[in-house]
Amino acid sequence: MSYVPHTDAERREMLATLGVSRIDALFDDVPAHVRFPKLSLPPPLSELEILPEMQRLAARNAAVDPTLSFLGAGTYHHFRPATVDYVLSRGEFYTSYTQYQPEVSQGMLQALFEYQSMVCALTGMEVSNASHYDGATALAEAVLLALSVGGGKRNKIILSPVINPQYRAVIRTYLRGTHAATLRGDEDAIDGLEQLKSLLDADCAALVVQNPNFFGQCEAMDGLAEAAHRVGSLLIVLADPIALGMFKSPGEYGADIVVADGQSLGIPPSFGGPHLGILAARMVHVRRMSGHLVGETVDADGRRGYVLTLATREQHIRRAKATSNICTNAAVCALGAAAYLATMGKRGLGQVAELCYHKSHYAAAEIGKLKGFVVNPQAPSQPFFKEFVVRLPRPVAEVNRHLQERHGIVGGYDLATDYPHLEQHMLLAVTEVHPRASIDRLVQALSELSS
Amino acid sequence: MNRAPIPTVYELSVSGRQGADLPLCDVPQTQLPMSLLRSDCALPELSQIEVVRHYLALSQRNFGVDSGFYPLGSCTMKYNPKANEEIARIPAFADTHPLQRPETAQGNLALMYELQHWLAEIGGFAAVSLQPSAGAHGEFTGLLMMRAYHRERGDFGRTRILIPDSAHGTNPASSTMAGFVAVELPSDTRGNIDLEAVQAACDDSVAGIMLTNPNTLGLFEEHIEKVVHLVHQCGGLVYGDGANMNALVGVARPGDLGFDVMHYNLHKTFATPHGGGGPGAGPVGVSARLAEFLPGPVIGRRVEGQSERYVAIEPKKSIGRVSTHFGNFGMFVRAYAYIRRHGAAGLRANSEHAVLNANYLRVKLRDAYKLPFDRINMHEFVCQGSIEDTGVRALDVSKRLLDYGFHPPTNYFPLIVPEALMIEPTETESKPTLDAFAAAMHEIAREARSDSALVKTAPHETPVRRLDEVRAARQLVLTDRAATRGATTRSTQAGNK
Repeated sequence: MSYVPHTDAERREMLATLGVSRIDALFDDVPAHVRFPKLSLPPPLSELEILPEMQRLAARNAAVDPTLSFLGAGTYHHFRPATVDYVLSRGEFYTSYTQYQPEVSQGMLQALFEYQSMVCALTGMEVSNASHYDGATALAEAVLLALSVGGGKRNKIILSPVINPQYRAVIRTYLRGTHAATLRGDEDAIDGLEQLKSLLDADCAALVVQNPNFFGQCEAMDGLAEAAHRVGSLLIVLADPIALGMFKSPGEYGADIVVADGQSLGIPPSFGGPHLGILAARMVHVRRMSGHLVGETVDADGRRGYVLTLATREQHIRRAKATSNICTNAAVCALGAAAYLATMGKRGLGQVAELCYHKSHYAAAEIGKLKGFVVNPQAPSQPFFKEFVVRLPRPVAEVNRHLQERHGIVGGYDLATDYPHLEQHMLLAVTEVHPRASIDRLVQALSELSS
Repeated sequence: MNRAPIPTVYELSVSGRQGADLPLCDVPQTQLPMSLLRSDCALPELSQIEVVRHYLALSQRNFGVDSGFYPLGSCTMKYNPKANEEIARIPAFADTHPLQRPETAQGNLALMYELQHWLAEIGGFAAVSLQPSAGAHGEFTGLLMMRAYHRERGDFGRTRILIPDSAHGTNPASSTMAGFVAVELPSDTRGNIDLEAVQAACDDSVAGIMLTNPNTLGLFEEHIEKVVHLVHQCGGLVYGDGANMNALVGVARPGDLGFDVMHYNLHKTFATPHGGGGPGAGPVGVSARLAEFLPGPVIGRRVEGQSERYVAIEPKKSIGRVSTHFGNFGMFVRAYAYIRRHGAAGLRANSEHAVLNANYLRVKLRDAYKLPFDRINMHEFVCQGSIEDTGVRALDVSKRLLDYGFHPPTNYFPLIVPEALMIEPTETESKPTLDAFAAAMHEIAREARSDSALVKTAPHETPVRRLDEVRAARQLVLTDRAATRGATTRSTQAGNK
């Protein structure tokens, strides 16, 4: 099967226009010994057959009930209002390309302009790009931006060890191409922001922290930006966009660049991607930022309109001197996030955030009552948002098997994967999608393992 | 046509409105950490129907492949099958969590394993990693692997990447990001990379070459095997920019031509939607000597007796992660369905018809527009868009095409052709559509001679006319002023401009 519309007669007519009799005569430039290889691929399926085939494949996954899944660690189950998929299903949006012809792209341009505005409102920043691939790559680009601001003279990046470990891994990969950067924090045994601050010096391009951190804890950010700025370093904050519905924006505590993964804003987990990279900064950095930027302008008749602007930063103009190589981004996910934020609004996002807060605290309190379970053992009095750490009486794998096989519950993330000293520690996420009955079911299931 | 500006979400905002409701809190409430809370968050406030009407109105001012012919060169704007959108939304795919136990995600892992295998088969490579999120991301990944390969052999002096002057801008930009120096090589008079220039540039400082084949002129490199041989001979590696792979599926495998690394654009060749700029997916395929350097995890299959099990594997000398988890899984689902729908013969037919359509249009436009390389092309071709003695430029022709209901070709690229229009019709367009486009192009050429002002001031039939890009860059307005005014009052100006 193919989606080629030609009839045999049309094809003959077209070939005649070209003066050839057979379609394969168009490929004489291809060396004969490699031309038309026989590909070993499964036979074609009709549209009627493909859907059940794909459903059969999907059925090899365990059925997912988001209300009984407590996995987070960077990807979350949140409420997705129906308006979001309605907007994402509009073919005019999702089958379009980057807005290089603004006269016929005003819809997407305005939507992205509004997205930029809402991201700035959430983060307390002055400029947002029109999206990056995902949170991790956006954070890596933020680090490269900071190195660029440092003008090649500042070689050090300080990474908090309680940044999502996969994000730190992506940053390490991105820095392979630079000779300058060395990472501190990530590779040292650092415990707490005060110790991170002590690593700051005149060689530092950026201090990078996550808030709430990878363990869900909201650390006091007071004085952090001042300490970074005192030595001429930037402060980069990795934020949770839902948490920003109730917590102070990084802009309020002095951040220079804010990054987030926007998957929580109406985008399905989709086994890890596509997600949405949010990248926002102070206006002073706009010319060093990566990615597309939408700006407001007027047309030849003076009517308001939107265009991609400051393209002179980008690869298709600057080539080897561009601020980044990024071209394709996650625009349609940004559109989804914009539709989400417009639907939830100021109050709705605040309500989602508070529900996450209360429900995660309820779950933590109930689990903490179980014998052998300790909640947030490293920082018992620290405020947290939608995630928390539990020290278990049994190995994490055993607990998760029990939860899945006996109760159909997807348990938490095994923290020993990234933090060897946290054996038998699990990271649990509780959001607004979890009714009290689900939480109680989790607690009941865990209580069976109580020692 | 209604040309009134569409009010922004902030202009529509009225304090107290809300587009979605949430359940009441059914657990005992915990005291909030007051010192950490924000006092306000300037998000807009709309009712649900206002949200729906707003985005519907915006969509009506946007042109996609579903709206009409979109011959944007090097972007492969082919039809995005609707079944694939439905499939990607199956909850047992879309709601799966990337960190769930592999035993509970065997369907996803099997899908990725097969897709890796099929892409390797199509490209002629030994191994594939699906992780990169876009073509440029795949380039960066491939270049880091090339770097790691040389360094692992103790070869630290290879600092240069050769790139033809016809290349996409991402090639030199990716080279810089990966710590290399991009060296630009000229093209010859037939549109190939200049063989003598390649020969002269090849020495032990060359880490590799980045080639797009067919190149951005839409031409199959006539000396491809010689170029590959020269680069290999000096110890370099050959990177393939797979942006133009839509010409080659079932026609030639880059791996068979000696390429060491290539990225695939699932959002071009395998019809995952472009999404107004993204998300895409840029898996990389590699020859055997680079397989251990791939970003992990890649998916492997373990057969134990009667049962098979799919597992995530970390390649031994991996350059590390380039994104979280496995990459853009939602795009893999669509590409898998696309390949499964077509089979080998269907995929080859797609490439053949992409090439047929492009050649047909080239011949149809030959009399009206200058063709710098008038020979059989692959899936796209480049013509000069300026009309002699009229002052009408490629940009004007493009803008006038909007009035005829067509999306314009890529403008002013590749850089080596002045006034370039790069036209890629794709295989999913019918002969009547191609004929109508060719007729419009001829009509515009006539208009340029009879009434050049009409063309120079186009478009006339779009929701906005030409936009002031200089003003946008000089007086930067990157957020809605109505947002900073506060989202609490409805703007009385909205819609009345």
